[in-house]
Amino acid sequence: MQFDQILQYTLSGLSTGAIYALIGIGFSIIYNATGIINFAQGEFVMLGGLLTLSCLELLALPLWAAVPCAIAVSTVVGILFERLAIRPLKQPTPINLVIITIGGSILIRGLAMLVWGKDTHAIPAFSGDVPISVGGATILPQHLWILAITLVTICINKIYFYHTISGKAMRACSYNRRAAGLVGIDVRRMVLFSFIISSAMGAVAGIIVAPLTMTAYDVGVMLGLKGFCAAIIGGMSSGLSTVIGGLLLGVLESLGAGLISSGYKDAIAFIILLLILFIRPQGLFGKADSERV
Amino acid sequence: MKKMSLLFSSICLSLICATASFASGTIKIGALFAVTGPASFLGEPEKKTLELLVKELNEKGGINGQKVEAVIYDTGGDATKAVQLATKLIKDDKVSVIIGPSTTGESMAVIPVAEKEKIPLISCAAGIKITDPAKHWVFKTPANDHVAAEKILNYMTSKKQKSIALLTVTDGFGASGREQIKVLAKQKGFTVVADEVYGPKDTDMTAQLTKIRGIKPDAIICWGTNPGPAVVTKNIKQLGIKTPVYMSHGVASKKYIELAGADAAEGVMLPAGKLAIYDALPKGDVQYKLLKEYDQGYKKMYGVEASTFGGYAYDAFLLVTGAIKKSGSTPEQIRNGVEQTSKLVSISGVFNMSTKDHNGLDLSAFEMVKIVKGDWTLLK
Repeated sequence: MQFDQILQYTLSGLSTGAIYALIGIGFSIIYNATGIINFAQGEFVMLGGLLTLSCLELLALPLWAAVPCAIAVSTVVGILFERLAIRPLKQPTPINLVIITIGGSILIRGLAMLVWGKDTHAIPAFSGDVPISVGGATILPQHLWILAITLVTICINKIYFYHTISGKAMRACSYNRRAAGLVGIDVRRMVLFSFIISSAMGAVAGIIVAPLTMTAYDVGVMLGLKGFCAAIIGGMSSGLSTVIGGLLLGVLESLGAGLISSGYKDAIAFIILLLILFIRPQGLFGKADSERV
Repeated sequence: MKKMSLLFSSICLSLICATASFASGTIKIGALFAVTGPASFLGEPEKKTLELLVKELNEKGGINGQKVEAVIYDTGGDATKAVQLATKLIKDDKVSVIIGPSTTGESMAVIPVAEKEKIPLISCAAGIKITDPAKHWVFKTPANDHVAAEKILNYMTSKKQKSIALLTVTDGFGASGREQIKVLAKQKGFTVVADEVYGPKDTDMTAQLTKIRGIKPDAIICWGTNPGPAVVTKNIKQLGIKTPVYMSHGVASKKYIELAGADAAEGVMLPAGKLAIYDALPKGDVQYKLLKEYDQGYKKMYGVEASTFGGYAYDAFLLVTGAIKKSGSTPEQIRNGVEQTSKLVSISGVFNMSTKDHNGLDLSAFEMVKIVKGDWTLLK
């Protein structure tokens, strides 16, 4: 086994892992604010990619304008989803909410199929596709975009959650919703915020990955599940541990496919998920927390 | 009240009987296509093609003065539903022949029904199991996957390429291709040095390709349908792999070149059904005129290019109408007519059926093509 092969597996894994991490954080932000797993998260990834395509082709916008447009529209979809499906619920028990998100994801996917058809679509890379050689391994400029944008998004998140009032308020909700409500935090507004942030992040993930993987109405399913795995590995934290969870998952998948067998690639991800749930339900890096288990 | 409803239903019944007897001048063709669901990329063009053909035929006055009526049901790609609908076609609609289903799984499930009820079934699915061994009432129009695989291996022999790296998708199409390439490779003296797979929804195959790059095979054969092979093609370019790449006939459409990008797809070789590449065919080709007519007629009616998959329904329709013209329109006569088909020029190829061969296509159904500057070039 040569060094350049291992390096290639690792680099490929890191860039896929970065996408998982972005989607995973989307899961955990909503989980922390509302206590539900939003299974429609993957659909925002799909919307990001397909809306960019429409902005580029139908509206003939340049890429730098198409991307913010797509993120904005996906965020509006996220807001509508929260307003129309989550908020009006009379009995917001977690199980009801989770089922609603599953229903919502099927609805969004179905609508996307009607709007964009069943075909796969390609989106041009942000800055060409001439491979860059890194010590025997090769990556594309798009991989660098993915890693950089993931890093920036996570930094912005960090600043928001630790250095702004509404970010702190949202953290307060995640610790204890009732207490947060008692000290005057509008919990329902925080829930809306959490949907805004995570749908925007999902869309970002979908946009930056689309030039590499192409996009279609049903890409959200698998990416959503992998993002969910990343969030579980990270113990549903909206910070660094989910990022590490995503990267770890990406690298293990890629190494597994390269060194063991490509047939077990997806199995590896889900075996890790099960192992974590059995052995360390609080996540790989979390302290045992009796409330959350 | 009860009496009223009884009366009402008996009126309805007599009306149905009346329409049935009025319609006795038409020939009923049943069709089962996966118009919705995961295999809709097959079923949708098949349905549209059949509707187009029936319309054209009736405008021309039908077969031997009789109009043709197509009863088309959507199976959603579900084998259980396909069986129910097949029974419905036979018992309620009283069709003389069934075209479809679109997928191998559904076809295998419907075969016992067709055999039992003695109704000819012209499947539009590619699986080799459908007509091997030949079943009395069952035919199929797509060429076997192994014909495409053989085409590639024959070409590789002429280029003295000996070792193959396989990269196949883990669905029915990929698994069947993988098995058949391995068998054929053994027969023809090739060595399979790598046998990698990827999932239908996978978005990055660099891990598998890095492994293949390390093994240095003479050629890579990738077997799958879009979008997987397009991702593979992009990854190959990213990794700077210079090994010749062969794709399956499953990506023989302009969509593949569009997805992978003309730049990355440059030099990729594949066996293509003639419909996808009819522009590049020599003008003397027997199929040229028909292919052009089909593509242009389809484009005019539906605004999109005709696909190979729609062509399978076209073949089935030509086989059936040819048989009716020749032998008659009862199920038995249609079956015999289809089995006696010889030199029928159609979309997928030139059909020569026999009691042993219920597919009737050979190596000439495919042409080896190479992608040059985003377009097909014939390889000789």
